[in-house]
Amino acid sequence: MNRRLIRKIRNGAFLTLSMVATLMGLACLAAILWTLLSHGITGMSGHLFTQMTPPPGSQGGLLNALYGSAIMTLLGILIGSPIGVLAGTYLAEYGRSSRLSTAIRFINDILLSAPSIIIGLFIYELIVVRMGHFSALAGALALAILAIPVTLRTTEDMLNLVPQGMKDSSAALGAYPWRTTLSVLYPAARSGIVTGLLLAIARISGETAPLLFTALNNQFWSTNLNAPMANLPVVIFTFALSPYKDWQDLAWAGALIITVSILVLSISARVLLALLRAERRPGL
Amino acid sequence: MAIIDPGHAAKQLVYERIFRSATLGAAVLVLVILGGVAFSLMHGAWPALAHFGFSFVAREIWNPVTDEFGALAPIYGTLVTSVIAMAIAVPAGFGIALFLTELCPPLLKRPIGVAVELLAAVPSIIYGIWGLFVLAPVLQRHIQPWLISHIGAVPLVGRLFKGPPFGIGILTAGIVLAIMVLPFIAATLRDVFDTVPPMLKESGYGLGATTWEVIWNVVVPHSRVGIVGAVMLGLGRALGETMAVTFVIGNAHRISSSILAPGTTISSSIANEFTEAVGDLYTSSLIALGLLLFLITFTVIAVAQALLRRLEQRAVSAV
Repeated sequence: MNRRLIRKIRNGAFLTLSMVATLMGLACLAAILWTLLSHGITGMSGHLFTQMTPPPGSQGGLLNALYGSAIMTLLGILIGSPIGVLAGTYLAEYGRSSRLSTAIRFINDILLSAPSIIIGLFIYELIVVRMGHFSALAGALALAILAIPVTLRTTEDMLNLVPQGMKDSSAALGAYPWRTTLSVLYPAARSGIVTGLLLAIARISGETAPLLFTALNNQFWSTNLNAPMANLPVVIFTFALSPYKDWQDLAWAGALIITVSILVLSISARVLLALLRAERRPGL
Repeated sequence: MAIIDPGHAAKQLVYERIFRSATLGAAVLVLVILGGVAFSLMHGAWPALAHFGFSFVAREIWNPVTDEFGALAPIYGTLVTSVIAMAIAVPAGFGIALFLTELCPPLLKRPIGVAVELLAAVPSIIYGIWGLFVLAPVLQRHIQPWLISHIGAVPLVGRLFKGPPFGIGILTAGIVLAIMVLPFIAATLRDVFDTVPPMLKESGYGLGATTWEVIWNVVVPHSRVGIVGAVMLGLGRALGETMAVTFVIGNAHRISSSILAPGTTISSSIANEFTEAVGDLYTSSLIALGLLLFLITFTVIAVAQALLRRLEQRAVSAV
């Protein structure tokens, strides 16, 4: 009797604790979003998208930083994602269970969660030291390296979802594997691969650490890939830690822009994936 | 009439070879990148390591003026902040994962799961700026004074909570890190718990066990390997996290017995000082810090992946 009561109480206590933990996790998300919204909107102004980052004590915007972030993210994806997709194709189609593939999968998972600042140091040693100056190109390369593991992983997973029957049919028609991959597998796994790209963009567009000593920062408008370039994360970093009110407001506005775009990207990736699953179900 | 034109077939074979080599090349590039990272860090760190020798990891001093560098303070800060983060995030992540797999009404399962994953997608710099402007003042005004006056007087443990309430410091960094790694741990643990066969759980319930007893005596033992893997994965994140920590750690190169005092971590030292480092030895010392971080996180993540993989294979073979 008594024992049963104790068991019941213990059960209730732990289940309540787990619910409290979940509520606290959700509260953190809400608190962060709330702070971003309330601070970020004060920083929002028409100048944000038309003017450059200002010197302390004057009005300005984030135009050069937004441009720089967009360019470097785009370049990073353009360089990184083909490598990721091709490597994922190798793992899924050619080297399924070879020892090399196992090693690559393992290393890729490590790269996926390796500290991004290490990648920054690597590019610094590889590019910046050799060229003798910081550059947008170095920043883009650092981001590209971060994009590879994400796209590789999703591509492999998505190609594995394509029914074997489709590959067999294509082979029966006399197509070589490369033809099958390009004309059958990629179209079939398209939305999955796009999801991977979206996730990769979401991952790299908020990265700060690898840009600190590759792209550095630039107070002015610059489109030269061979020179330091302003970018949103580093601007947020410098401005938020500054004592100037104008700069801090801009940092919050930038933080809001970055977070909203990343959340939109992640949610669309999820929606795409859900659509893909719904589409697949009757076929399987 | 030839059905297969030999020229066509030969061309196809060439394309096939090109495509295959391209995919193989891209795949091997992943290995090359990791090798390159290791090599370039060693190359960059060599001057500092050759100059200071083993004492680099054993000395607390960090003086750019006299060109004397030791990694002990950053190593200490990295470990302590990560331990604090794990002490908070592991139980909380465990609770969230249990809630999602065992308790949550099906209707809420997806939205809450997605919310947790979104928390993981928020870039670390956002956690940093939030920690600095929102969390640190709250800690400084309300939590830390309480800790100092109540626990600070307790012998032994009290030492951890001495000194003025700075707001920023080791404890704050640990808490921000905890919030950051929480979604990773929760999401991975949820996936781990999902691999427990329903049959096992139902057998437990059939014997009259309560939900908690099923969790503690069936789910947890069955997914032990995966739990350790998930925790290690979270630890790998916490050890290497840069921006969130850089905002709130205070960047002081010293080891203080109080966790309320400012400190530094490996990654925040690099982030704060790298572009300002003058002199080869200074730069090289920072890269040596990077090499240390690489070795530590590589080991932790590798072990985590190996454990999670073992679990995956077991799940596959069980099907």
